Amino acid sequence: MATTSATHDHDEGHAHPTGWRRYLYSTNHKDIGTLYLIFAVIAGLIGSGLSGAMRMQLMYPDNHVFTVISGVLAGDSSADAAKNMYNVFITAHGVIMIFFLVMPALIGGFGNWFVPLMIGAPDMAFPRMNNISFWLLPASFLLLLTSMFVEGSPGMHGFGGGWVLYPPFSSTAGTPGPAMDFVILSLHLAGASSILGAINFITTIFNMRAPGMTMHRMPLFAWSVLVTAFLLVLALPVLAGAITMLLTDRNFHTTFFDPAGGGDPILFQHLFWFFGHPEVYILILPGFGIISQIVSTFSRKPVFGYLGMVYAMVAIGAVGFVVWAHHMYTVGLSLNTQRYFVFATMVIAVPTGVKVFSWIATMWGGSISLRTPMIWAIGFIFLFTVGGVTGVVLANAGVDRALHETYYVVAHFHYTMSLGAVFSIFAGFYYWFPKMTGYMYNEKLGNLHFWLLFIGVNLVFFPQHFLGLAGMPRRYIDYPDAYSLWNFWSSIGAYVAGLGTLVFLYLVYEAFAKKRVAGDNPWGVGATTLEWTLPSPPAFHSYETLPRITGADH
Amino acid sequence: MGCGATDPRRVGFVGRTVRQAAGAIGSGEIMKIAEPLKFRRGWMSPKNAARAMGVVGAAMVASAAWAGGVGLAEPGQIGFQQAVTPIAADIHWFHDDLLMPIITAISLFVLALLAYVIWKFNEKANPTPSKTTHNTLVEVAWTIIPVVVLVIIAIPSFRLLTDELVIPPADLTVKVTASQWHWAYEYPKDQAGGFSFESYMKPENEIKPENGDVRLLSVDNEAVVPVNKTVVLQITAVDVIHSFIVQSFGVRVDAVPGRLNETWFKADREGVYYGQCSKICGKDHAFMPIVFRVVSEEKYQAWIADAKKKFAAAPSAVSVADAGTTEIRQ
Repeated sequence: MATTSATHDHDEGHAHPTGWRRYLYSTNHKDIGTLYLIFAVIAGLIGSGLSGAMRMQLMYPDNHVFTVISGVLAGDSSADAAKNMYNVFITAHGVIMIFFLVMPALIGGFGNWFVPLMIGAPDMAFPRMNNISFWLLPASFLLLLTSMFVEGSPGMHGFGGGWVLYPPFSSTAGTPGPAMDFVILSLHLAGASSILGAINFITTIFNMRAPGMTMHRMPLFAWSVLVTAFLLVLALPVLAGAITMLLTDRNFHTTFFDPAGGGDPILFQHLFWFFGHPEVYILILPGFGIISQIVSTFSRKPVFGYLGMVYAMVAIGAVGFVVWAHHMYTVGLSLNTQRYFVFATMVIAVPTGVKVFSWIATMWGGSISLRTPMIWAIGFIFLFTVGGVTGVVLANAGVDRALHETYYVVAHFHYTMSLGAVFSIFAGFYYWFPKMTGYMYNEKLGNLHFWLLFIGVNLVFFPQHFLGLAGMPRRYIDYPDAYSLWNFWSSIGAYVAGLGTLVFLYLVYEAFAKKRVAGDNPWGVGATTLEWTLPSPPAFHSYETLPRITGADH
Repeated sequence: MGCGATDPRRVGFVGRTVRQAAGAIGSGEIMKIAEPLKFRRGWMSPKNAARAMGVVGAAMVASAAWAGGVGLAEPGQIGFQQAVTPIAADIHWFHDDLLMPIITAISLFVLALLAYVIWKFNEKANPTPSKTTHNTLVEVAWTIIPVVVLVIIAIPSFRLLTDELVIPPADLTVKVTASQWHWAYEYPKDQAGGFSFESYMKPENEIKPENGDVRLLSVDNEAVVPVNKTVVLQITAVDVIHSFIVQSFGVRVDAVPGRLNETWFKADREGVYYGQCSKICGKDHAFMPIVFRVVSEEKYQAWIADAKKKFAAAPSAVSVADAGTTEIRQ
């Protein structure tokens, strides 16, 4: 390459591709982070659109919204096509929100942007690998969207077996058509993308910290991404293996998961959840990191119990690998197996409690400024607590017997994900928006966005606890009339949340239109991490000379 | 009844059912309907119960007319369905009387702390932040106290789990086989059975609320079992994974091809108890309900005699998953 020239004095001028080349060929962590964020917003809007359609369908019993949707998307408005299309929607909603919204936003977006800045590194360790990590994702997303339009179950479009992909339904027994193969290939690409990204983060954090930036001085967000990256590297290959076995079951007549050939469908569930449970911590840990930064900044106090916070994340990550079968209490596990998983699962409540109480202790005695990012962070802490305590309920296999696969579970994981992970994304977005763009968002609109989304999603998901206790199964296109009251309010909540999302889009437009200059550090003395020492937005090359960190370890 | 009120179609449905149900059954029977609606303390408050009685699901009234327990959700319900087995009652006690108070208290405690710090330590009230970043005592406390709470939860939790999974000797065994998209029940020969039958959801045009039919829940052939007897269910599937559940029995176990799962219940009240397939299994996942009718011993014997004739002609469509079947004693 031409850049072998030993002189670096022309970095600014020459390594500055413009136009589409700047992004397609990008090796710059900030540009790639921006790409990830834009991608996540687009995928998030599509995923939210799917859930909007689902809530419209479920607003009333005996409703027929999906005959219209299926008529438009699949050219078939029969009742059977509509039922199938609903299942395809719930599947795509899950996969999109996990793989194409939360992971790209938190790890790819904020991780790429701020891990190098926070640890004082000039860029990621493998900039070109960073490029391919991102560009695999749009390809993966297109494969997933394509799967919705090709044959799955006989005579039907798309794969409708839920994001968990359990065979035999995802195998030839339930979905002989190529839709499922598209889903598998999509997840392979998304998995490869994440593994490459994770390797990049681990290498960067271990090797490229600025002088004096010891591990125990590293900001908690960088720690959270480090722990997450380890979870990704350890968990995703297991998913890749499982779906590869599924692929060969489907196409090459192996019988890993087919009892007729000596296989076992439950084997897939063990492999899937060995990935799937760490995956939920992959989704939330970077959020924990963001919340820690924000709470500290706006309380104008250092994080309370820094080491406890770090090792609570490490503990959550480690224990997260040995609790997977709590997703499988009903498959016929033996008594002792279930006892073990009940015990192990409840253990996770302890480090999670340490985090919640340490956030509150960080605020205690602080001088709290209730700017928009802080409001999102406080909302996160409470809602994540609510989602956490219902998790303790579900950890008990005895009670899970009554609640498994009901709306109670849907409510639980949306309180941790939709109200947890997504609130942390918005908190981070508002926190770093001035740094990334150089412009200040509108505080009033930010507040309005928060309240609409807070009220909306609570209205969506709190009544779903009632539905679940009363026995309404999830993944149902229609329900007995008795469940209509809370479904109605849940749907109303979805519309309120949708309105909040429109406010968000307008807010972004408004900020770019008004161009209020934010300055290097709009948050004042509480913002102590390195990114606030740089201009907003930072120069194409962040650190001309490496920062030198002094001060005591925690 | 927010949604009902906004949709005249459905108000009409409920209203019609109430009238027809009342017309179809004698006044004596109405007394009988009212009597079994007992609600456990906890979640289902008397106010809700009263509302449930008032508006309620006439469909439920009609089905309850047949006998004792109520085996489905009531409109607007916010708690568990009625428990009619000791296991279900234990689940309800554990959730309603132990877990709910604990998790409510924790959530309110966190909420109160957040409200307090926002009030006490906002930048107007407290312009100069403290520098405290460590306090060993509180850090140890918020590690140890949650552990203690978890131990308090774990003890009854493990007892309940054991009661659920250790299966007592069976008075009656029924084999349940799931397939896309219906259930099949097989009554073994050595227990006076020797027949099997399939159970499909009644399509909407066959739903007769006056007979106690409930949309999406009623089936053409119900499984019938005697009251106060230990019924052991052996559950499998022929094509994809389904999941068997009856809320009132506190029973849930997956129907997995190639596996024979077991569970049990001992219903202490007659009645009709509903469940719905609980593992996504394709387009009609929402349309393969489970219905168990619990009857007295005499009625059960009469049903067995009838069923033997009725289902004798029909060859069993149940193909027992044979190759590679592993019996899992739940």
